[in-house]
Amino acid sequence: MEGFDFDVIRRSVGYLFRDGMTFTVTLTLIAMTGGIIFGTLLAMMRLSSIRAVSTLAGAYVNLMRSIPLVLVIFWFFFLVPYIGAWILRESQPVQVGAWLSAVITFTMFEAAYYCEIMRAGIQSIPRGQVWSGYALGLNYWQTMGFIVLPQAFRNMVPVLLTQTIILFQDTSLVYVISATDFLGAAAKVANRDYRLVEMYSFVAVVYFIISYSLSLLVKQLQDRIAVIR
Amino acid sequence: MHYNWHWKVLLETEPGGTGSYLHYLIVGLGWTLATALAAWVIALVVGAFVGTIRTTSAHWAVRLGNLYVEIFRNIPLIVQMFLWFFVVPELLPQAMGDWIKQMPPPWGSYLPAVFCLGIFTSVRVAEQVRAGINSLPRGQRFAGTAMGLTQAQTYRYVILPQAFRIILPPLTSESMNIIKNSSVALTIGLLELTGRARAMQEFSFRVFEAFTAATVIYLLTNLIVVLLMRILENRVRVPGLIAAGGAPQAGH
Repeated sequence: MEGFDFDVIRRSVGYLFRDGMTFTVTLTLIAMTGGIIFGTLLAMMRLSSIRAVSTLAGAYVNLMRSIPLVLVIFWFFFLVPYIGAWILRESQPVQVGAWLSAVITFTMFEAAYYCEIMRAGIQSIPRGQVWSGYALGLNYWQTMGFIVLPQAFRNMVPVLLTQTIILFQDTSLVYVISATDFLGAAAKVANRDYRLVEMYSFVAVVYFIISYSLSLLVKQLQDRIAVIR
Repeated sequence: MHYNWHWKVLLETEPGGTGSYLHYLIVGLGWTLATALAAWVIALVVGAFVGTIRTTSAHWAVRLGNLYVEIFRNIPLIVQMFLWFFVVPELLPQAMGDWIKQMPPPWGSYLPAVFCLGIFTSVRVAEQVRAGINSLPRGQRFAGTAMGLTQAQTYRYVILPQAFRIILPPLTSESMNIIKNSSVALTIGLLELTGRARAMQEFSFRVFEAFTAATVIYLLTNLIVVLLMRILENRVRVPGLIAAGGAPQAGH
């Protein structure tokens, strides 16, 4: 192996972070927010006493968790234009870019994983809390919103954040639909300048530093929460 | 919105002329399983070793194990795939690197994919093994020492046989994860099931037939893996030894 070319990294680092990392971080944050909201609703549906509702939510979650993320990305990439046409009442599939497709994919996919976490969180709250809510005259949504979910959410914060670190790493798979995330941007430079070793090593180091730092923060948070409890 | 389903496409001949599209996908499943199984062997062996040394009393071994786990856990799988495929052959001695790069397809993609998936999953196995060992009562270890066993013997005869039984359920989900994760190998050119569904979509323009077929095949495969592991669990179960588990975990 001839000399490691640091210069190609120095020249492209602005592009990598300005275009690539912005895509990656924005996608992660939107998918996290959407995924937790949708996932919590799914968890409530799974725990519903109405059989049809819990079966439907269970089927969705199990389907998402049984097939590879790459396949899910392809599915939505081709499916979203049809759904868009259906919503907008167009006769032809609508044009949807890689960005919107990725946002929808990761929100829908991660919702299944956040759902399982939130379900465990809700189930960890003693039943007495729910009964006391009803005894106070609160309805289902009030009991959930004011009593159960705040506690469940608080107990599950470390796991939710760990899932988000995984989500952050998994967004790199948008490479398969040629989106320019951090990895995609690096791949473009790597192929243009034929500097694959340098660019992919750099990408690995950056991902490692970010993910590892975040996981240390989560660990700290976990210890703090554990002490209070 | 209207989509004309055309399921008969599965019985049409694929452009390569090797058979029908359905056959083409089934061969893809074969590559998926071949990759996942070979990687699973690496993952179990390395993962059991790393997970075990992280519970020993040797501080340097614990630290080394932790380092290994953190490195391979914090880099995305697809980036690791690229490292094994593009970077590792360049770092090896010239002759060996050239030999790897000149391997005929699909072996040139298959081998890096197997190593990548094996090492990636070994970290997750190591975490399970460590958790399994730590979930055993400390008395088990003391009892081993009191019987005059060395540390190695205590692990071999007391700790590990129990720990492996405890972690069978989480290992089941890891074995399904490794099948799913093998789809990332399509990015380095391995035509496994997802890669072939994608290729079929490009050749035939039948998008949803191709992906539906692949989805159904993945679901059936999962079902079979779950059933097999359940049989294994029942076989090796020790009555009264309740599985740990139950704690929610992040995953993908």
